[in-house]
Amino acid sequence: MNSQLMRWLRLLSMLGFFAVPTLVVAQLTRSQQEEWLHTPAVTSHVGDITGDANSGRVKGDYRRYCVGCHGELGDGNGEVAQWLDPPMWPKPRDFQLAIFKCRSTPTGTLPTDEDLYDTIGRGLDRSAMPIWNVFTKQQRVDLVAWIKHFSPRWQTEKAGTPIQIPSEPEVTADRIKAGQDVFARVQCWKCHGVTGEANGPSAATLTDDQGRPIAPFNFTDGSRPKCGSTDQDIYRIFMTGLDGTPMPSFADNIKPDEAWDLVFYLRTLQPHNEFNGREREIAKQIGLKPLNALKLSQ
Amino acid sequence: MNAHHPQKFAAAMLVAILICIGAVLVGPKVNAAADGTITGSVKLNGTAPHMKGIDMSKDPYCVKANANNAPKLENVVVGSGGGLENVVLYISEGLTSPTESTAVQVFNQKNCMYSPHVLAMDVGETFKVETSDNTAHNIHPNPNPMTGNIPWNQSQPPGAPPVEKSWKAPEFIEVKCNIHPWMHGWFAVVKGPYATTDADGNYTIKDVPAGNYTVTAWQEVYGKQTQKVTVAAGGSAKADFTFQAK
Ligand code: HEC
Ligand code: HEC
Repeated sequence: MNSQLMRWLRLLSMLGFFAVPTLVVAQLTRSQQEEWLHTPAVTSHVGDITGDANSGRVKGDYRRYCVGCHGELGDGNGEVAQWLDPPMWPKPRDFQLAIFKCRSTPTGTLPTDEDLYDTIGRGLDRSAMPIWNVFTKQQRVDLVAWIKHFSPRWQTEKAGTPIQIPSEPEVTADRIKAGQDVFARVQCWKCHGVTGEANGPSAATLTDDQGRPIAPFNFTDGSRPKCGSTDQDIYRIFMTGLDGTPMPSFADNIKPDEAWDLVFYLRTLQPHNEFNGREREIAKQIGLKPLNALKLSQ
Repeated sequence: MNAHHPQKFAAAMLVAILICIGAVLVGPKVNAAADGTITGSVKLNGTAPHMKGIDMSKDPYCVKANANNAPKLENVVVGSGGGLENVVLYISEGLTSPTESTAVQVFNQKNCMYSPHVLAMDVGETFKVETSDNTAHNIHPNPNPMTGNIPWNQSQPPGAPPVEKSWKAPEFIEVKCNIHPWMHGWFAVVKGPYATTDADGNYTIKDVPAGNYTVTAWQEVYGKQTQKVTVAAGGSAKADFTFQAK
């Protein structure tokens, strides 16, 4: 006991006077962190299922299936992270910041539990984030609670209020043409390119909030949107934005009815898929011409 | 009633007296006239660094809008006599009561630049982001969410309505436009009264209650400097700063 004390004292004197307070502080925050990690009283709600970060199972699930990328502390620094090179391979999400791409809520707000639940089941296209549809619902809802326990933001902020999406109107030629006008007016093409090929004048210089290079979505190469492929998902994507990326929210500048027009027009840019048969057919019938890059930049 | 309940009357009187005394003690603090000022100038000592010209050729609108001037970066702007523009001055220590400001300042996107380059504001103060440009911008501040300031990203195409926002915590927040990567500015969020230096490097912090304070000057490249000042009721204190060019 005594010799141990001596050893400690020698160590402390070696570290010097100033190092000591730092050491104590470092240890405190470490143990606080540990405590935070081991006693998370965080829950989540999806439908009638309640998730619990304290459920015996979720920690094991996270360790087994998520930690390699998202890290023990949820900071996105798992072992695999170093091998992921943006823009081809975006880095894993840092759950401590609680900034999420796929939200039904306005830019600058936390997503709902459903949003996170949907993302886990959907995976994120063009990234290392797999589709986790092997889990039971309960497992996924528990994982949502576990993701939330990494950031104190979930204690101090509420999730945003999901945006209202009016029911989808009938696709018409007029709507598709009107959608093209919206695309031109609010200038999606600055990033996505006039033909949606991710080659707009600003595309090459885009970076995410961490300063890493990021590419705009390419509508023409068969990519699936990360935050869902249905008409409703597309509507939601440009009205809420993908936080943490250059993709902004257009909620203040596109009216709900116009937003549907824009969805229909975006469909004509995509190669044939399970959602856009009607739009492509009408575009062909009316001989819809691509936007003219030169005219737009005048 | 008084005659019937002397104790109650006495108790009521006591409470009333205590409230009066309390009001006298607390009153001056709450309503303390905040009419002092802190003034001075901020200078740069040494040769100002070269500010690179901006190539706006990605967006013909921006090129045209700047046809008659040569736009350059604004990280260090030196005026006549070495005065440093865009330095934020604020009280970093000594304020006892929160201030209330009602002004709604404007951060404008004009000719594909931010005007002003640095917008100082109080915690909780509402400000507006506007656009005068006939090209689309997106306004994308990047605070640290751990401070309580949450990043957001909104498009501002031509004719967009203003975006009204405020910030929760003191922080120097970088703001940029992803569409025009040269566009770079700051939201300087501080607690209490503040000022930003003009083109000659001069400033006046208004509405300062009497007291002893530490004044901090912040410049985006050169960082912070502090000075202690004493402001008498309705009086004016002086604090000049000099940053050293690197
Ligand atoms: C092989 C690596 C990898 C594994 C394993 C992994 N993720 Fe991810 N995850 C990522 C990457 C990379 C991203 C960011 C992708 C992007 O930004 O496009 C991400 C993003 C996320 C997001 C953020 C979604 C948004 O809207 O921003 C959530 C939530 C998430 N992952 C949950 C999980 C969960 C839960 C698990 C375990 C069941 C898991 N991840 C396992 C790589 C992984
Ligand atoms: C400032 C550049 C910029 C502008 C302007 C812009 N986008 Fe994007 N957009 C991006 C980037 C970058 C991404 C990719 C984000 C990612 O992969 O995380 C993206 C992604 C998308 C996606 C796919 C999202 C997903 O879930 O994968 C859609 C759909 C989209 N944008 C539609 C639009 C529409 C419609 C407009 C105009 C109303 C628009 N964008 C304007 C930069 C921009």
